[in-house]
Amino acid sequence: MKAAVIVFPGSNCDRDAAVALREATGKPPAMIWHRDSALPKVDLVVVPGGFSYGDYLRSGAMAARSPIMQDVIRRAKDGVPTLGICNGFQILTEAGLLPGALMRNAGLKFVCRSVSLRVENSQTFFTAGYAVNQVVQFPIAHADGNYFADDDTLDRLEGEGRVAFRYATPDGETSPEGNPNGSSRNIAGIFNAAKTVLGLMPHPERAADPMHGGTDGRIMFDAMARALG
Amino acid sequence: MKARVHITLKSGVLDPQGKAIGHALEALGFEGVGDVRQGKVIEIDLVEEDPAKARKQVEEMCRKLLANTVIENYVIDLAS
Repeated sequence: MKAAVIVFPGSNCDRDAAVALREATGKPPAMIWHRDSALPKVDLVVVPGGFSYGDYLRSGAMAARSPIMQDVIRRAKDGVPTLGICNGFQILTEAGLLPGALMRNAGLKFVCRSVSLRVENSQTFFTAGYAVNQVVQFPIAHADGNYFADDDTLDRLEGEGRVAFRYATPDGETSPEGNPNGSSRNIAGIFNAAKTVLGLMPHPERAADPMHGGTDGRIMFDAMARALG
Repeated sequence: MKARVHITLKSGVLDPQGKAIGHALEALGFEGVGDVRQGKVIEIDLVEEDPAKARKQVEEMCRKLLANTVIENYVIDLAS
């Protein structure tokens, strides 16, 4: 599998993503600068976490209109698997590849800690390494992770199996106690209709090595490496 | 010509910042404060002098960048 990681001014998880991809695939990904206008031929595009363009205007708003994102949008619409983590999730919603928006955390604070997530759909090449209802631990680090969409959109996401992960308590209850940021229906990550695009606020690449304190995120990179060759 | 764009959250979209401002106003002793909503204002100097053309141009700016119409409404004021 050949992957590309997009690098914006203000990205800060691009190298973490690159290390996780290298460990899972044995090959370093191509690092693509935001001013480039075309991606190389790749099997996976990762839009990493960080604070692209200083979060000016809205988190992800400027990055979504950058030159490279126009090619990322084109490729994603053609079916090239695309993974947006944290700021990358915000960018994918701003780019219109995923529905809804990430708003200021309900508690108004930047939240930086490990959270429990319940796996909602394991029938995708991102999540095939997990079991449905399995509880995994990923770190979160964001101020704007409060997922919002109107009720019709939320119903559609749930009806089509497009919720990837929900915030949960350690025993898998998707209750308000398990929700760190006020996200609608505890949603932490969603797929596009074809399930070839995944956006999530938690950081699998920061739970990909025993030195990180957990390896639940490594499972996602290994599953992608298996599925995408 | 100058354009002033007012961007506000749609009704029904939770505004935790507005809520916090409301609580702070109450804590300062202001009575009778109801719902508080926070938005933003963007001022743009335009070369265009024709109001209809200027409005059309700024509307396109709003749709393409300035507002996220999933969660936000916008109102455009023009002044020469």
